[in-house]
Amino acid sequence: MLDSWTSDAPAKLFGVSDIGVTPRQLKVSRGTSDKVFRGFILAGALFSLIVLALISGFLMYRGFGIFKDFGFSFFTSSKWEAAADDGSAPAHFGVAAMLVGSFVVSVIAVAIAVPFAMAVSLFLEYYAPYSLRYVLTTILDLVASIPSVIWGIWGYTILMPHAVGWSKTLNHWLGWFPLFDVPAPIFERSPFIAGMLLAMMILPIVTSVAREVYSQAPRDQIDAAYGLGSSKWGAMRTVVLPFGKSGLIGGTMLGLGRALGETVAVYLVLNLVFKVNFHILASVGGNVASLIASRFGEASPYELKALMAAGLVLFFMTLIVNFIATTIVNRSKVPS
Amino acid sequence: MNAIATEVTPVTPRKPWKNTRATLKTATINGFFSAVLATALYTFTGLDGILGWYVSFIISVMVVMAIVSKVTGNGKSIADQVAPVVISAGFATVMIPWISLIGTVVQRGVKGIYTGFFTHDMLVNSMDEPLNVGGISHAIIGTLIIVGIATIIAAPLGIIAALYIVEINGKAARFVRFLTQAMSGVPSIVAGLFIYSTVIITVTHKNNAFAGSLALAILMLPTVARTSEEVLKVVPREIRDASYALGATQVRTTLRVVLPTVRSGLITATILGVARVAGETAPLLLTSQYFVRFTTNMFNSTMASLPTYVFGALRTGTENSLARAWSASLVLIAIVVFLSVIARLLGGRSTGRK
Amino acid sequence: MSDSISTDSTTESFVPSITPNVASVTTEHTSRNAENLEVNGTTTGLEARGVHAWFDKHHALEDVSIHFPQNTVTGLIGPSGCGKSTFLRLLNRMHEFIPKSAMAGEVLFNGEDMYASHVNATDIRTRIGMVFQKPNPFPAMTIGENVLAGPKLAKKKVENPDDLLEECLTRAGLWKEVKDRLKAQGSSLSGGQQQRLCIARALALKPEVLLLDEPCSALDPGSTLRVEETIVQLSQSMTIVIVTHNMQQASRVSDYCAFFLSDGGPGRLIEADLTTNMFSNPKDERTANYVQGRFG
Repeated sequence: MLDSWTSDAPAKLFGVSDIGVTPRQLKVSRGTSDKVFRGFILAGALFSLIVLALISGFLMYRGFGIFKDFGFSFFTSSKWEAAADDGSAPAHFGVAAMLVGSFVVSVIAVAIAVPFAMAVSLFLEYYAPYSLRYVLTTILDLVASIPSVIWGIWGYTILMPHAVGWSKTLNHWLGWFPLFDVPAPIFERSPFIAGMLLAMMILPIVTSVAREVYSQAPRDQIDAAYGLGSSKWGAMRTVVLPFGKSGLIGGTMLGLGRALGETVAVYLVLNLVFKVNFHILASVGGNVASLIASRFGEASPYELKALMAAGLVLFFMTLIVNFIATTIVNRSKVPS
Repeated sequence: MNAIATEVTPVTPRKPWKNTRATLKTATINGFFSAVLATALYTFTGLDGILGWYVSFIISVMVVMAIVSKVTGNGKSIADQVAPVVISAGFATVMIPWISLIGTVVQRGVKGIYTGFFTHDMLVNSMDEPLNVGGISHAIIGTLIIVGIATIIAAPLGIIAALYIVEINGKAARFVRFLTQAMSGVPSIVAGLFIYSTVIITVTHKNNAFAGSLALAILMLPTVARTSEEVLKVVPREIRDASYALGATQVRTTLRVVLPTVRSGLITATILGVARVAGETAPLLLTSQYFVRFTTNMFNSTMASLPTYVFGALRTGTENSLARAWSASLVLIAIVVFLSVIARLLGGRSTGRK
Repeated sequence: MSDSISTDSTTESFVPSITPNVASVTTEHTSRNAENLEVNGTTTGLEARGVHAWFDKHHALEDVSIHFPQNTVTGLIGPSGCGKSTFLRLLNRMHEFIPKSAMAGEVLFNGEDMYASHVNATDIRTRIGMVFQKPNPFPAMTIGENVLAGPKLAKKKVENPDDLLEECLTRAGLWKEVKDRLKAQGSSLSGGQQQRLCIARALALKPEVLLLDEPCSALDPGSTLRVEETIVQLSQSMTIVIVTHNMQQASRVSDYCAFFLSDGGPGRLIEADLTTNMFSNPKDERTANYVQGRFG
């Protein structure tokens, strides 16, 4: 009784419900010039939608014949053969080896890059001498802008001779394990070397995401850890690393997306062979992007269609990986 | 009572937590033992070369730090002792390829550089000829033209996308941001393939430089949009309110108040976009390709650019052509790094980065 | 019994009016530690001697000397930016985490300078606990793990973790509320409970001194009261230094008060005395103005 009286009191006293005051919606009134302006900007902003739609539309249109001719075997077959000139053998196109190759190379890249990206971002945010941090971050940003063709030429001439030596050592000690086994003792232009080069190339992007989330780790919780007599590493492990976990996963996915789409560098340091291969030290590999770059020049119109279809597959693959990545990264960001 | 007398005693700030003599002493001792252990490792294992020394030293430091924590029992666990070493070593290791790459490009690149390198093209010379003939003038001009046209197309569109997200902030703002993020993930080869399948197959029927510009514009737009968005977000709300309170429309507020405020930031965004695509190779291989001589014909001819020049020289594969590839790489890297430095200097804080 | 009822009734009796009768409210309260007055001047407890603090070139704190007797509560009061929190962080070597910071002077802990070169800073922090302005339980840990985080982080062996857990939570006045959900996340608690959880976490290392940096500034009045009760309880067995903006709080919980003030330059210690004296009969005019609410 008492409760009901108190809860109703304001309404009764001031008669809100009786008179029935309705809130007035405030609407911003805009002049014609503003409406035109807003329309114009919206149209411009939706340009990226048009481009994305056109990309998938056109590649689908051009590659449609291939999907029709080969159906699902386009994804499951590894054979990539143009029709023989004398017509004795029909063309056959399948991207299975290239899809597997893309993932093998990218996963190697991510597996190498992520631990280093964590170390680099922790170093830049918490360990480096304060006066050095700005300089080192600037250097990192500049490294991010090194063109991939230059990574490629460096990877081919400088990295490969070293990496072949490491491959031999790995094969010598761990060769009993299928991953490090090789069918023939040729170690040049292997997925391992391509993955290593890609790791160096995607490191800046993974680092920049990791650094951003690590820098947002709550200062008061770090203080709490120190206040309990924790070492610096203790504070990293209790506060910073758990806080940055999802951001790091997002950054990793972003790096994976970059690695999947990389063309020129992979083309230069990886031996394109149409065969599914999990021996990462063997000179057999490939990825969808470098397939397109290498076959494009001599392709017949029909093979060109197959390349368009492969491009479409690559496009959707990176789109999905990037979508997951940005969703995770955006969610892990503290709204500022 | 003399209040002043108590204040004149000079006090010098000190930092008792910084390296004291004791910590320096431990560091020296640790360093010594690490060096001894490293020499042993280097001698008795298969490690060799500078990298071998580096690896054995890092391992030794970790081992010594771990032993120190066990022996002295200074309350720190092995993880506490070793973690800083691992983290610093991780950073140092990452820097090795950077240093090697820059060093190699400079060292090998300067060999092929002479005055004519910047003034000649490759019309009468093949890639394989001695390094004192032929040059990359056509590739430099080509890159300037292709990237320039791409910028004219992409920069306004990128800034407009950012304006929609920040200034208009309409219902589709999140969607537009999502689209630009999705677009930034488009692999460069796909952008090239797309322009090839639309512009070249359907319209022009042959490779041309303008198609290259369009492909680069696709890759450039998201970078410009993203940076511009960060720049626009920094503009305080009060500035816009002040303009509206003076009776200005949104058009005028945006064009006369907001955009002038962030002009240098938008230039930074554009330069970052240029730096992002200036070194792109894959899309140009499919569109503008390569042409041995200097040309300004955008629509009817292929056109050289620095990345495709490097790529072509590399594929030729002879000693002289490789030297040319390094020299052109040096020029390309200099341009890209120069642009990035300018962008940072210009943008400074206004890009919203810490 | 609901929280709100008990809170309301108790707050009533503490309602401070900054008028001459303040003395009557606080005298009774401080008499609890009266015997400690004699302890002043010895080297036990915590003592700052001529302490300065810098942030890069900025001189934040100038020449502070003060003694915190054992088993007393000292309130550090003063307007914002007067260096109270800086001073507090100097007392357990947290100041040095701010880049480019520096200090001068000595802080004696049981007679020994904690800034001497051979002293291990993390060891000091385990012996002098700290509770911060905002409740900051570790989000990745349960309530129980949070309480025992200290020994784990500081690599201290715990014989009987369950006993320690119960003891700390009881001393922090939280045991009854959380004993059935020790496995829940620390962040599932209310703000006031979180802050008492942070106190329990600090207690798990069995510190001799507890530093509290405006522990109630983010809490509602009811939770504030519970935290204050906890502080008074704890002061029977440990030395407590509390920074507070809230004059009434200082008068309710502290035996001694120290007033800090900055006139635009570095913060200085203006006056320190028994809380009763500070509120009823301050020696310095600026103290009088501040405690009577004329500025700040």
